[in-house]
Amino acid sequence: MRRSSYVFAALGCLTLLLAVELYYPVFARPHRDGRLLEERTLVARLGLTDPALFTEARYTRNPSLADLNTPFQDHPGSFDHFPSGTFVPSPATPGQGWLLFQPEAAK
Amino acid sequence: MTPFLRRQRALADFTLAALARRKGKNIALIAVYSVVVFVLASAMFFAASLRFETTTVLEGAPEITVQKITLGRQDLIDGSVADEIAAIRGVTEAHPRLWGYYYDRINGANYTVMVPDDPEMMPDPGQIAIGEGIPRARGLEWAGAPVFLSRYEGDLKKFDVAKTFSRDSALMTSDLMLMNEADFRDFFDIPKGRYTDVVARVRNPNEVATIVQKGSNALPQMRFVTRADIARTYQKLFDWREGLLTALAFAGILAFVIFAAEKASGLSAEEAREIGILKAVGWNTRDVIAMKMWEGGLISLAAFLIGTVAGFAHVFFFGAPLFAPILKGWAVIYPDFPLSPHVDGLQLLTLALLTTLPYIAATVVPIWRTASADPDAVMR
Repeated sequence: MRRSSYVFAALGCLTLLLAVELYYPVFARPHRDGRLLEERTLVARLGLTDPALFTEARYTRNPSLADLNTPFQDHPGSFDHFPSGTFVPSPATPGQGWLLFQPEAAK
Repeated sequence: MTPFLRRQRALADFTLAALARRKGKNIALIAVYSVVVFVLASAMFFAASLRFETTTVLEGAPEITVQKITLGRQDLIDGSVADEIAAIRGVTEAHPRLWGYYYDRINGANYTVMVPDDPEMMPDPGQIAIGEGIPRARGLEWAGAPVFLSRYEGDLKKFDVAKTFSRDSALMTSDLMLMNEADFRDFFDIPKGRYTDVVARVRNPNEVATIVQKGSNALPQMRFVTRADIARTYQKLFDWREGLLTALAFAGILAFVIFAAEKASGLSAEEAREIGILKAVGWNTRDVIAMKMWEGGLISLAAFLIGTVAGFAHVFFFGAPLFAPILKGWAVIYPDFPLSPHVDGLQLLTLALLTTLPYIAATVVPIWRTASADPDAVMR
Protein backbone atom coordinates (compact mmCIF):
# COMPACT_ATOMS: atom_id res chain seq x y z
CA MET A 1 0.00 0.00 0.00
CA ARG A 2 1.10 3.52 -0.67
CA ARG A 3 2.10 5.72 2.22
CA SER A 4 -0.69 8.21 1.46
CA SER A 5 -3.34 5.48 1.83
CA TYR A 6 -2.52 5.05 5.51
CA VAL A 7 -2.52 8.79 6.15
CA PHE A 8 -5.78 9.33 4.25
CA ALA A 9 -7.35 6.43 6.15
CA ALA A 10 -6.23 7.95 9.48
CA LEU A 11 -7.58 11.39 8.50
CA GLY A 12 -10.81 9.74 7.38
CA CYS A 13 -11.15 8.01 10.75
CA LEU A 14 -10.59 11.29 12.57
CA THR A 15 -13.19 13.03 10.40
CA LEU A 16 -15.65 10.21 11.09
CA LEU A 17 -14.96 10.53 14.81
CA LEU A 18 -15.58 14.30 14.64
CA ALA A 19 -18.80 13.68 12.70
CA VAL A 20 -19.96 11.23 15.37
CA GLU A 21 -19.12 13.74 18.09
CA LEU A 22 -20.94 16.53 16.27
CA TYR A 23 -23.95 14.24 15.90
CA TYR A 24 -23.91 13.50 19.63
CA PRO A 25 -25.69 16.79 20.62
CA VAL A 26 -28.48 15.94 18.14
CA PHE A 27 -28.71 12.42 19.54
CA ALA A 28 -28.72 13.65 23.14
CA ARG A 29 -31.17 16.49 22.48
CA PRO A 30 -34.41 14.87 23.77
CA HIS A 31 -32.75 14.01 27.08
CA ARG A 32 -31.03 17.39 27.34
CA ASP A 33 -34.20 19.34 26.51
CA GLY A 34 -36.20 17.32 29.04
CA ARG A 35 -33.62 18.03 31.73
CA LEU A 36 -33.43 21.73 30.86
CA LEU A 37 -37.23 22.05 30.90
CA GLU A 38 -37.34 20.55 34.39
CA GLU A 39 -34.51 22.82 35.53
CA ARG A 40 -36.26 25.82 34.01
CA THR A 41 -39.51 24.98 35.79
CA LEU A 42 -37.60 24.71 39.05
CA VAL A 43 -35.95 28.10 38.39
CA ALA A 44 -39.35 29.66 37.72
CA ARG A 45 -40.93 28.09 40.81
CA LEU A 46 -38.12 29.17 43.10
CA GLY A 47 -37.43 32.47 41.34
CA LEU A 48 -33.70 31.76 41.01
CA THR A 49 -31.60 34.36 39.25
CA ASP A 50 -28.06 32.97 39.07
CA PRO A 51 -26.20 29.69 38.53
CA ALA A 52 -24.29 28.32 41.53
CA LEU A 53 -20.93 28.50 39.75
CA PHE A 54 -19.00 30.62 42.26
CA THR A 55 -20.32 30.26 45.77
CA GLU A 56 -17.57 31.94 47.77
CA ALA A 57 -18.98 35.47 48.05
CA ARG A 58 -22.37 37.06 47.55
CA TYR A 59 -21.18 39.22 44.66
CA THR A 60 -19.89 36.14 42.81
CA ARG A 61 -22.79 33.84 43.78
CA ASN A 62 -25.47 36.29 42.62
CA PRO A 63 -23.70 38.81 40.37
CA SER A 64 -26.99 39.91 38.83
CA LEU A 65 -28.42 40.94 42.22
CA ALA A 66 -25.24 42.02 44.01
CA ASP A 67 -24.74 45.66 44.93
CA LEU A 68 -21.92 46.08 42.46
CA ASN A 69 -22.35 49.83 42.73
CA THR A 70 -20.49 49.55 46.05
CA PRO A 71 -16.80 49.93 45.26
CA PHE A 72 -15.48 47.85 48.17
CA GLN A 73 -17.63 44.87 48.95
CA ASP A 74 -16.65 43.87 52.44
CA HIS A 75 -15.12 46.88 54.18
CA PRO A 76 -13.53 50.15 53.03
CA GLY A 77 -10.27 49.42 51.24
CA SER A 78 -10.99 45.72 50.79
CA PHE A 79 -9.94 44.85 47.31
CA ASP A 80 -11.41 41.83 45.62
CA HIS A 81 -10.35 38.91 47.73
CA PHE A 82 -11.54 35.91 45.72
CA PRO A 83 -10.10 34.69 42.44
CA SER A 84 -13.61 34.35 40.98
CA GLY A 85 -13.80 38.13 40.95
CA THR A 86 -11.58 37.84 37.88
CA PHE A 87 -14.30 35.90 36.12
CA VAL A 88 -17.07 38.34 36.96
CA PRO A 89 -16.66 41.47 34.85
CA SER A 90 -17.63 44.83 36.31
CA PRO A 91 -20.96 46.10 35.00
CA ALA A 92 -20.87 48.74 32.30
CA THR A 93 -24.26 50.21 33.09
CA PRO A 94 -26.29 50.34 36.28
CA GLY A 95 -29.16 48.53 34.54
CA GLN A 96 -32.52 50.00 33.73
CA GLY A 97 -33.39 50.93 37.29
CA TRP A 98 -31.86 54.18 38.49
CA LEU A 99 -30.87 55.05 42.01
CA LEU A 100 -32.17 58.45 43.10
CA PHE A 101 -30.63 60.32 40.18
CA GLN A 102 -32.41 59.85 36.92
CA PRO A 103 -31.11 61.28 33.69
CA GLU A 104 -33.49 63.85 32.19
CA ALA A 105 -34.12 61.59 29.21
CA ALA A 106 -35.43 58.73 31.35
CA LYS A 107 -37.97 60.83 33.25
CA MET B 1 -8.83 8.15 -11.41
CA THR B 2 -8.45 11.31 -13.45
CA PRO B 3 -4.93 12.53 -14.29
CA PHE B 4 -5.48 15.49 -11.93
CA LEU B 5 -6.28 13.25 -8.97
CA ARG B 6 -3.43 10.89 -9.84
CA ARG B 7 -1.03 13.82 -9.88
CA GLN B 8 -2.32 15.09 -6.53
CA ARG B 9 -2.02 11.59 -5.04
CA ALA B 10 1.57 11.34 -6.22
CA LEU B 11 2.31 14.78 -4.75
CA ALA B 12 0.78 13.67 -1.44
CA ASP B 13 2.96 10.54 -1.45
CA PHE B 14 6.03 12.60 -2.19
CA THR B 15 5.16 15.13 0.56
CA LEU B 16 4.66 12.35 3.11
CA ALA B 17 8.01 10.83 2.19
CA ALA B 18 9.63 14.26 2.62
CA LEU B 19 7.88 14.72 6.01
CA ALA B 20 8.99 11.25 7.10
CA ARG B 21 12.62 12.23 6.56
CA ARG B 22 12.24 14.76 9.41
CA LYS B 23 9.95 12.56 11.48
CA GLY B 24 10.78 13.81 14.99
CA LYS B 25 10.44 17.47 14.14
CA ASN B 26 7.14 17.00 12.29
CA ILE B 27 5.58 14.81 14.98
CA ALA B 28 6.52 17.44 17.59
CA LEU B 29 4.99 20.11 15.36
CA ILE B 30 1.68 18.22 15.00
CA ALA B 31 1.62 17.52 18.75
CA VAL B 32 2.13 21.18 19.74
CA TYR B 33 -0.30 22.34 17.06
CA SER B 34 -2.95 19.84 18.29
CA VAL B 35 -2.56 21.02 21.88
CA VAL B 36 -3.14 24.64 20.79
CA VAL B 37 -6.31 23.63 18.89
CA PHE B 38 -7.39 21.45 21.84
CA VAL B 39 -7.20 24.34 24.33
CA LEU B 40 -9.05 26.74 22.03
CA ALA B 41 -11.70 24.14 21.10
CA SER B 42 -12.23 23.13 24.74
CA ALA B 43 -12.69 26.76 25.83
CA MET B 44 -15.12 27.28 22.97
CA PHE B 45 -17.22 24.16 23.64
CA PHE B 46 -17.23 24.79 27.39
CA ALA B 47 -18.37 28.40 27.12
CA ALA B 48 -20.96 27.60 24.43
CA SER B 49 -22.45 24.86 26.60
CA LEU B 50 -22.60 26.98 29.77
CA ARG B 51 -24.02 29.94 27.86
CA PHE B 52 -26.68 27.75 26.27
CA GLU B 53 -27.76 26.14 29.54
CA THR B 54 -27.80 29.40 31.51
CA THR B 55 -29.73 31.39 28.92
CA THR B 56 -32.26 28.57 28.44
CA VAL B 57 -32.81 28.01 32.14
CA LEU B 58 -32.85 31.68 33.19
CA GLU B 59 -35.79 32.35 30.89
CA GLY B 60 -37.76 31.24 33.92
CA ALA B 61 -36.13 33.86 36.20
CA PRO B 62 -38.34 36.57 37.75
CA GLU B 63 -39.11 39.42 35.36
CA ILE B 64 -38.46 42.18 37.88
CA THR B 65 -36.60 42.02 41.19
CA VAL B 66 -36.83 45.00 43.52
CA GLN B 67 -34.15 45.60 46.15
CA LYS B 68 -33.92 48.28 48.80
CA ILE B 69 -30.60 50.06 48.83
CA THR B 70 -29.36 51.71 52.03
CA LEU B 71 -25.88 53.26 52.23
CA GLY B 72 -25.03 51.60 48.92
CA ARG B 73 -25.90 48.15 50.21
CA GLN B 74 -28.89 45.91 49.84
CA ASP B 75 -31.08 46.14 52.92
CA LEU B 76 -34.17 44.32 54.21
CA ILE B 77 -37.30 45.53 52.49
CA ASP B 78 -40.73 46.14 53.99
CA GLY B 79 -43.46 43.71 52.91
CA SER B 80 -45.77 46.62 52.00
CA VAL B 81 -43.53 47.48 49.01
CA ALA B 82 -44.94 44.38 47.27
CA ASP B 83 -48.43 45.93 47.40
CA GLU B 84 -47.13 49.20 45.96
CA ILE B 85 -45.43 47.33 43.09
CA ALA B 86 -48.52 45.18 42.50
CA ALA B 87 -50.60 48.37 42.17
CA ILE B 88 -48.62 49.48 39.10
CA ARG B 89 -50.64 48.85 35.97
CA GLY B 90 -49.30 45.88 34.01
CA VAL B 91 -47.96 43.97 37.04
CA THR B 92 -49.86 40.71 37.46
CA GLU B 93 -48.32 39.65 40.72
CA ALA B 94 -45.72 40.88 43.22
CA HIS B 95 -44.60 39.17 46.38
CA PRO B 96 -41.79 39.58 48.89
CA ARG B 97 -39.13 36.88 49.21
CA LEU B 98 -36.87 35.70 51.97
CA TRP B 99 -33.41 34.48 51.06
CA GLY B 100 -29.81 35.00 52.04
CA TYR B 101 -26.45 33.38 52.56
CA TYR B 102 -25.24 31.17 55.34
CA TYR B 103 -21.54 30.70 56.01
CA ASP B 104 -20.90 27.19 57.27
CA ARG B 105 -18.18 27.42 59.93
CA ILE B 106 -17.58 23.67 59.80
CA ASN B 107 -16.30 23.46 56.24
CA GLY B 108 -16.01 27.10 55.17
CA ALA B 109 -18.68 26.78 52.46
CA ASN B 110 -21.40 29.32 51.66
CA TYR B 111 -24.96 28.13 51.19
CA THR B 112 -27.81 30.07 49.64
CA VAL B 113 -30.76 29.75 51.99
CA MET B 114 -34.19 30.45 50.59
CA VAL B 115 -37.85 30.29 51.55
CA PRO B 116 -39.72 29.03 48.47
CA ASP B 117 -42.78 31.00 47.31
CA ASP B 118 -44.46 27.86 46.11
CA PRO B 119 -46.36 26.23 49.02
CA GLU B 120 -45.79 22.82 47.42
CA MET B 121 -42.03 23.23 47.72
CA MET B 122 -42.10 24.62 51.27
CA PRO B 123 -40.47 22.13 53.67
CA ASP B 124 -42.21 21.36 56.97
CA PRO B 125 -40.90 23.08 60.12
CA GLY B 126 -37.57 21.56 61.15
CA GLN B 127 -36.94 20.24 57.66
CA ILE B 128 -34.89 21.50 54.73
CA ALA B 129 -34.45 20.67 51.05
CA ILE B 130 -30.84 20.85 49.87
CA GLY B 131 -28.78 20.89 46.68
CA GLU B 132 -26.42 18.07 45.81
CA GLY B 133 -23.32 20.08 46.80
CA ILE B 134 -24.19 20.43 50.51
CA PRO B 135 -24.00 16.74 51.54
CA ARG B 136 -20.85 16.49 49.40
CA ALA B 137 -19.22 19.46 51.15
CA ARG B 138 -20.33 18.19 54.55
CA GLY B 139 -19.24 14.60 53.90
CA LEU B 140 -22.74 13.25 54.67
CA GLU B 141 -22.53 9.89 53.02
CA TRP B 142 -25.81 8.24 53.89
CA ALA B 143 -29.19 9.43 52.62
CA GLY B 144 -31.41 11.09 55.19
CA ALA B 145 -28.56 12.24 57.44
CA PRO B 146 -29.65 15.38 59.31
CA VAL B 147 -27.80 18.69 58.83
CA PHE B 148 -26.62 20.62 61.88
CA LEU B 149 -26.18 24.35 61.42
CA SER B 150 -24.27 26.57 63.80
CA ARG B 151 -24.48 30.36 63.94
CA TYR B 152 -21.93 30.92 66.69
CA GLU B 153 -19.74 28.92 69.07
CA GLY B 154 -21.90 26.57 71.12
CA ASP B 155 -24.98 26.95 68.91
CA LEU B 156 -26.28 23.95 67.00
CA LYS B 157 -29.60 23.54 65.26
CA LYS B 158 -30.72 20.29 63.68
CA PHE B 159 -32.60 20.12 60.39
CA ASP B 160 -33.89 16.95 58.79
CA VAL B 161 -33.32 16.66 55.06
CA ALA B 162 -36.70 16.26 53.38
CA LYS B 163 -35.35 16.31 49.82
CA THR B 164 -32.07 16.54 47.92
CA PHE B 165 -32.07 18.14 44.46
CA SER B 166 -30.62 15.89 41.78
CA ARG B 167 -27.42 16.40 39.86
CA ASP B 168 -29.53 17.29 36.79
CA SER B 169 -30.29 20.74 38.18
CA ALA B 170 -26.96 21.14 40.01
CA LEU B 171 -25.91 24.18 37.96
CA MET B 172 -28.73 26.16 39.58
CA THR B 173 -29.31 24.37 42.89
CA SER B 174 -25.95 22.98 44.04
CA ASP B 175 -25.60 25.19 47.14
CA LEU B 176 -29.29 25.82 47.70
CA MET B 177 -31.04 25.18 51.02
CA LEU B 178 -34.82 25.59 51.16
CA MET B 179 -36.22 26.37 54.59
CA ASN B 180 -39.59 26.93 56.16
CA GLU B 181 -40.44 30.64 56.70
CA ALA B 182 -40.81 30.28 60.48
CA ASP B 183 -37.46 28.45 60.72
CA PHE B 184 -35.79 31.06 58.51
CA ARG B 185 -37.00 34.01 60.59
CA ASP B 186 -36.07 32.26 63.79
CA PHE B 187 -32.65 31.06 62.63
CA PHE B 188 -31.52 34.35 61.05
CA ASP B 189 -33.43 36.58 63.47
CA ILE B 190 -35.43 38.43 60.80
CA PRO B 191 -38.31 40.50 62.23
CA LYS B 192 -41.83 39.84 60.95
CA GLY B 193 -42.89 41.90 57.94
CA ARG B 194 -39.33 42.34 56.66
CA TYR B 195 -38.05 40.55 53.57
CA THR B 196 -34.93 40.27 51.37
CA ASP B 197 -36.44 41.55 48.13
CA VAL B 198 -39.63 41.69 46.08
CA VAL B 199 -40.22 39.93 42.77
CA ALA B 200 -42.86 40.91 40.25
CA ARG B 201 -44.37 39.22 37.22
CA VAL B 202 -45.73 41.31 34.38
CA ARG B 203 -48.45 40.60 31.85
CA ASN B 204 -46.62 41.86 28.77
CA PRO B 205 -42.80 41.61 28.68
CA ASN B 206 -42.68 44.68 26.39
CA GLU B 207 -44.00 46.77 29.27
CA VAL B 208 -41.12 45.95 31.65
CA ALA B 209 -39.22 49.17 30.89
CA THR B 210 -42.30 51.33 31.51
CA ILE B 211 -43.12 49.49 34.72
CA VAL B 212 -39.53 49.91 35.96
CA GLN B 213 -39.70 53.62 35.17
CA LYS B 214 -43.00 54.06 37.01
CA GLY B 215 -41.67 52.00 39.89
CA SER B 216 -38.46 54.02 40.21
CA ASN B 217 -40.44 57.26 40.19
CA ALA B 218 -42.74 56.02 42.95
CA LEU B 219 -40.02 54.28 44.99
CA PRO B 220 -36.77 56.14 44.27
CA GLN B 221 -34.74 54.36 46.96
CA MET B 222 -35.27 50.95 45.32
CA ARG B 223 -33.16 49.23 42.73
CA PHE B 224 -34.96 47.38 39.94
CA VAL B 225 -33.25 44.41 38.28
CA THR B 226 -34.97 43.05 35.19
CA ARG B 227 -34.62 39.65 33.54
CA ALA B 228 -32.90 41.38 30.61
CA ASP B 229 -30.28 42.74 33.06
CA ILE B 230 -29.68 39.19 34.34
CA ALA B 231 -29.35 37.83 30.80
CA ARG B 232 -26.92 40.65 29.94
CA THR B 233 -24.84 39.93 33.03
CA TYR B 234 -24.46 36.30 32.00
CA GLN B 235 -23.84 36.93 28.34
CA LYS B 236 -21.04 39.24 29.39
CA LEU B 237 -19.73 36.89 32.04
CA PHE B 238 -19.36 33.97 29.65
CA ASP B 239 -17.87 36.09 26.89
CA TRP B 240 -15.42 37.41 29.44
CA ARG B 241 -14.54 33.97 30.74
CA GLU B 242 -14.07 32.49 27.29
CA GLY B 243 -11.88 35.49 26.48
CA LEU B 244 -9.93 34.90 29.67
CA LEU B 245 -9.26 31.26 28.82
CA THR B 246 -8.21 32.30 25.34
CA ALA B 247 -5.94 34.92 26.93
CA LEU B 248 -4.39 32.21 29.10
CA ALA B 249 -3.88 30.11 25.98
CA PHE B 250 -2.44 33.16 24.22
CA ALA B 251 1.09 32.62 25.55
CA GLY B 252 0.94 29.06 24.20
CA ILE B 253 -0.41 30.25 20.87
CA LEU B 254 2.34 32.85 20.61
CA ALA B 255 5.00 30.23 21.27
CA PHE B 256 3.43 28.07 18.60
CA VAL B 257 3.36 30.95 16.10
CA ILE B 258 7.07 31.56 16.67
CA PHE B 259 7.76 27.83 16.29
CA ALA B 260 5.69 27.55 13.10
CA ALA B 261 7.05 30.74 11.59
CA GLU B 262 10.60 29.63 12.30
CA LYS B 263 9.89 26.29 10.69
CA ALA B 264 7.97 27.68 7.76
CA SER B 265 9.78 30.89 6.86
CA GLY B 266 13.35 30.28 7.95
CA LEU B 267 13.85 27.54 5.40
CA SER B 268 16.56 25.15 6.47
CA ALA B 269 19.50 24.73 4.11
CA GLU B 270 18.38 21.14 3.59
CA GLU B 271 14.89 22.17 2.48
CA ALA B 272 16.25 24.87 0.16
CA ARG B 273 18.58 22.27 -1.39
CA GLU B 274 15.66 19.87 -1.82
CA ILE B 275 13.68 22.51 -3.70
CA GLY B 276 16.71 23.31 -5.84
CA ILE B 277 17.10 19.62 -6.77
CA LEU B 278 13.39 19.29 -7.58
CA LYS B 279 13.58 22.28 -9.88
CA ALA B 280 16.76 20.95 -11.47
CA VAL B 281 15.10 17.60 -12.28
CA GLY B 282 12.25 19.37 -14.02
CA TRP B 283 9.61 20.34 -11.41
CA ASN B 284 8.14 23.74 -12.08
CA THR B 285 7.26 26.36 -9.45
CA ARG B 286 3.59 25.28 -9.46
CA ASP B 287 4.51 21.70 -8.56
CA VAL B 288 6.74 22.82 -5.70
CA ILE B 289 4.00 25.09 -4.31
CA ALA B 290 1.38 22.32 -4.69
CA MET B 291 3.69 19.98 -2.76
CA LYS B 292 4.08 22.54 0.03
CA MET B 293 0.32 23.15 0.08
CA TRP B 294 -0.09 19.43 0.69
CA GLU B 295 2.43 19.64 3.51
CA GLY B 296 0.72 22.58 5.23
CA GLY B 297 -2.74 21.15 4.55
CA LEU B 298 -1.98 17.68 5.92
CA ILE B 299 -0.27 18.98 9.07
CA SER B 300 -2.92 21.58 9.89
CA LEU B 301 -5.84 19.29 9.05
CA ALA B 302 -4.42 16.50 11.22
CA ALA B 303 -3.80 18.95 14.10
CA PHE B 304 -7.28 20.49 13.76
CA LEU B 305 -9.00 17.08 13.74
CA ILE B 306 -6.98 15.69 16.67
CA GLY B 307 -7.40 18.90 18.72
CA THR B 308 -11.14 19.26 18.08
CA VAL B 309 -11.99 15.59 18.63
CA ALA B 310 -10.00 15.58 21.89
CA GLY B 311 -11.47 18.95 22.97
CA PHE B 312 -15.03 17.73 22.44
CA ALA B 313 -14.36 14.52 24.39
CA HIS B 314 -12.64 16.51 27.16
CA VAL B 315 -15.62 18.82 27.63
CA PHE B 316 -18.66 16.65 26.97
CA PHE B 317 -17.54 13.12 27.82
CA PHE B 318 -15.16 13.85 30.70
CA GLY B 319 -16.74 17.06 32.08
CA ALA B 320 -13.81 19.44 31.36
CA PRO B 321 -11.53 18.30 34.23
CA LEU B 322 -8.69 20.57 33.08
CA PHE B 323 -10.80 23.74 33.41
CA ALA B 324 -12.49 22.88 36.68
CA PRO B 325 -9.63 24.09 38.96
CA ILE B 326 -9.57 27.46 37.17
CA LEU B 327 -13.32 27.92 37.48
CA LYS B 328 -13.66 26.60 41.01
CA GLY B 329 -11.80 29.50 42.53
CA TRP B 330 -11.78 29.27 46.30
CA ALA B 331 -15.32 28.02 46.63
CA VAL B 332 -15.85 24.92 48.75
CA ILE B 333 -18.98 23.97 46.82
CA TYR B 334 -18.68 23.65 43.09
CA PRO B 335 -21.65 22.19 41.22
CA ASP B 336 -21.17 18.72 39.84
CA PHE B 337 -23.36 19.19 36.79
CA PRO B 338 -23.64 17.54 33.39
CA LEU B 339 -22.62 19.95 30.61
CA SER B 340 -25.38 20.20 28.01
CA PRO B 341 -24.02 19.08 24.66
CA HIS B 342 -24.31 22.09 22.39
CA VAL B 343 -22.17 23.00 19.38
CA ASP B 344 -22.19 26.33 17.58
CA GLY B 345 -21.46 25.53 13.91
CA LEU B 346 -20.28 29.04 13.05
CA GLN B 347 -17.82 29.02 15.93
CA LEU B 348 -16.44 25.67 14.83
CA LEU B 349 -15.96 26.96 11.29
CA THR B 350 -14.18 30.05 12.63
CA LEU B 351 -11.90 27.83 14.70
CA ALA B 352 -11.13 25.68 11.65
CA LEU B 353 -10.31 28.68 9.46
CA LEU B 354 -8.31 30.49 12.13
CA THR B 355 -6.17 27.49 12.94
CA THR B 356 -5.52 26.02 9.50
CA LEU B 357 -5.32 28.91 7.00
CA PRO B 358 -2.56 30.96 8.68
CA TYR B 359 -0.35 27.89 8.93
CA ILE B 360 -0.82 26.95 5.27
CA ALA B 361 -0.08 30.56 4.30
CA ALA B 362 3.03 30.61 6.51
CA THR B 363 4.28 27.45 4.78
CA VAL B 364 3.56 28.45 1.22
CA VAL B 365 4.70 32.09 1.05
CA PRO B 366 8.45 31.61 1.79
CA ILE B 367 8.55 28.53 -0.47
CA TRP B 368 7.13 30.52 -3.32
CA ARG B 369 10.03 32.95 -2.98
CA THR B 370 12.61 30.16 -2.98
CA ALA B 371 10.91 28.16 -5.70
CA SER B 372 10.80 31.04 -8.13
CA ALA B 373 14.56 31.59 -7.76
CA ASP B 374 17.16 29.99 -10.00
CA PRO B 375 17.80 26.33 -8.94
CA ASP B 376 21.51 26.70 -9.34
CA ALA B 377 21.57 29.70 -6.97
CA VAL B 378 19.39 27.91 -4.41
CA MET B 379 21.47 24.72 -4.37
CA ARG B 380 24.72 26.58 -3.93
